[in-house]
Amino acid sequence: MSTATTEQPKKTAKRQSRTKLTIRRFARNRLALVGLAVMVILFLMAYIGPLVNKYDYLYHDYMAFNAPPGGDHWWGTNQGGQDLFALTMRGLQKSLVIGLLVGVISTLVAGAVGAFAAYYGGWADRILMWIVDLLLVLPSFLLVAVMSPAFQKAGWLIFVVLLSAFSWMITGRVVRSMTLTLKDREFVKAAKYMGVSGPVIIFRHILPSMASLLIIDTVIQVGAAVIGESGLSYFGFGIQAPDVSLGTIISDNTTNAPAYPWLFYFPAGCLVLIGVAVSFIGDGLRDALDPNASGAKAKAKKIKTGETKAGATNLSNQLQGPTTSTDVLSPS
Amino acid sequence: MGRYLLRKLANNLILVLLAASLSYFVAGLSLHPQSNYEGRNPPLAKSTIAKTLDDVNMNPDTPIVTRFITWADGVAHGDLGKTIDGSPVNDEVGRRIGVSTRLLLLATLVGSVGGVALGALGAIKQYKLFDRVTTLASFFILAMPTFVLALFLKLASIQFLGAGTIHFTGETDPEFAGHWDFAALGNRAEHMLLPGLTLVLIQVGLYSRYQRSTMLDVLGSDFLRTARAKGLRRRTALVKHGLRTAILPVVPLLVYNIVLLFVGATFTEKAFGWHGMGELLVNSITRNDVNATAAVSLFTAVLVLIAGILSDLMYAALDPRVRVR
Repeated sequence: MSTATTEQPKKTAKRQSRTKLTIRRFARNRLALVGLAVMVILFLMAYIGPLVNKYDYLYHDYMAFNAPPGGDHWWGTNQGGQDLFALTMRGLQKSLVIGLLVGVISTLVAGAVGAFAAYYGGWADRILMWIVDLLLVLPSFLLVAVMSPAFQKAGWLIFVVLLSAFSWMITGRVVRSMTLTLKDREFVKAAKYMGVSGPVIIFRHILPSMASLLIIDTVIQVGAAVIGESGLSYFGFGIQAPDVSLGTIISDNTTNAPAYPWLFYFPAGCLVLIGVAVSFIGDGLRDALDPNASGAKAKAKKIKTGETKAGATNLSNQLQGPTTSTDVLSPS
Repeated sequence: MGRYLLRKLANNLILVLLAASLSYFVAGLSLHPQSNYEGRNPPLAKSTIAKTLDDVNMNPDTPIVTRFITWADGVAHGDLGKTIDGSPVNDEVGRRIGVSTRLLLLATLVGSVGGVALGALGAIKQYKLFDRVTTLASFFILAMPTFVLALFLKLASIQFLGAGTIHFTGETDPEFAGHWDFAALGNRAEHMLLPGLTLVLIQVGLYSRYQRSTMLDVLGSDFLRTARAKGLRRRTALVKHGLRTAILPVVPLLVYNIVLLFVGATFTEKAFGWHGMGELLVNSITRNDVNATAAVSLFTAVLVLIAGILSDLMYAALDPRVRVR
């Protein structure tokens, strides 16, 4: 805590230098830079690749079924003669956009709900946290899978909403517990007694103070969303034909993959690259944004990192309670 | 401690009931069981379809509330209803739990012990080669969706060992199905190899990350230095004082993940053709089987409840400070 108080005045005095410091710390982390570079390359590939490529992802080349990579079809073709590079880039676009949207939306919801619950306390807190508990118990993978075909006609944006709806709860809890400590700090009290309204205090004073957590969380959620989306699409519960995502490409070619392995390696490789890059960036950001994170805060974040792989459910994190001794009595 | 557990149990019970009911409503409203019978050639009579759907309590013309009450009444009496084929869901679930258990028991055991061991070792050897390799490997494994890992293992075994070297589809070869003699056990072990490896890798990847960071927190602590100072050997101090403390925060994660794997092994079961609970989750939805879907979500909710209690108990057993409170 002592380091935090000594850093405080510096932070407000020279705001620019803090950003610069963060960037410098981030740049010092080689893995984080690699992650960022991979991400940028993937984005460029996804959006510029199709412009350079000769084939559209929907075009069937009847002269080349299951053609190996090389020549005209850079990454080969599938059974129907579709260009694998075009397909994969299309899928990559979808995966990246969905990942980014879900990451941003779920973090925003988590920030808003957590901060409101803690700031207002009382019934607002109880009801909101109860909703969090309920959503954590609901089998999210199953429900999204059940509901998404019903919304099929509304397009993939509904899918984004569904994914976000089930991925904000744990961060919401972390934000809540951080807000509980922040709301007694002087700068919040000062704003309150000057007559600033609750929502403004939350969005202007409380949430910016935990920007580092929120930024890191967004990045982690992007990775989780990409993995979640690909899993649902793999089973046919996500993106629907004729549109494609990395999950559907892998799924469509499962039976042909042993004989024509590129059908698996290229799309799967892109998927894994996204995941690895995102976690490298997340780690680098954490080290850069708050290098001396410790205690409950660090633990909370560590638990969230695991979210990316907690399997079909988000439930493993009910355990937040026992990990921090103060939370043992909170119902979960 | 007892009262706290009871209150938590009551609260969780309500949540579980609510979650199961909500899931039933969502499934009942979104799934279309009639699509299994419509569009057939020759077409079935409307009344026949209605009759078939009525038999399994899935007729969309019956109000959802009425259907729910029928279902809930059955569940309260231990009957999960009928699948879309008209066979009891209870039998289906019972059989599938057996399959999932056979797949998961060994894999979770190896996975969790291995994950904890690798994580702790990685922390002790921080920034040495071993640590770097395991960290990077776990990054890659965690970045992989499960189905990618499963398909990769399948593909790699075909490409590098040749097709048919390892039999990985289903629980056994057809001729061994239902047998438990020596040869059949060998065959089962072979079938277990790749799905087991998938699950072990994922779990080791996940748990080792947590274990490594909690172990790092503990390594610099005073009590560990005291333990060494009073004359314990390094290994004894690390295991008895260090690991025991460092494993505490990981226990709830372990418990939740292990318990929930019973429905969470969906991708692995699907990829390798094991007819377990995870597979039922996907199959029930693709077949628009409302009762089976509801059964899976009820099962999941109950597992969450069990995991919650289990992790509290484990925590109390391992951490004296909680017991005192």
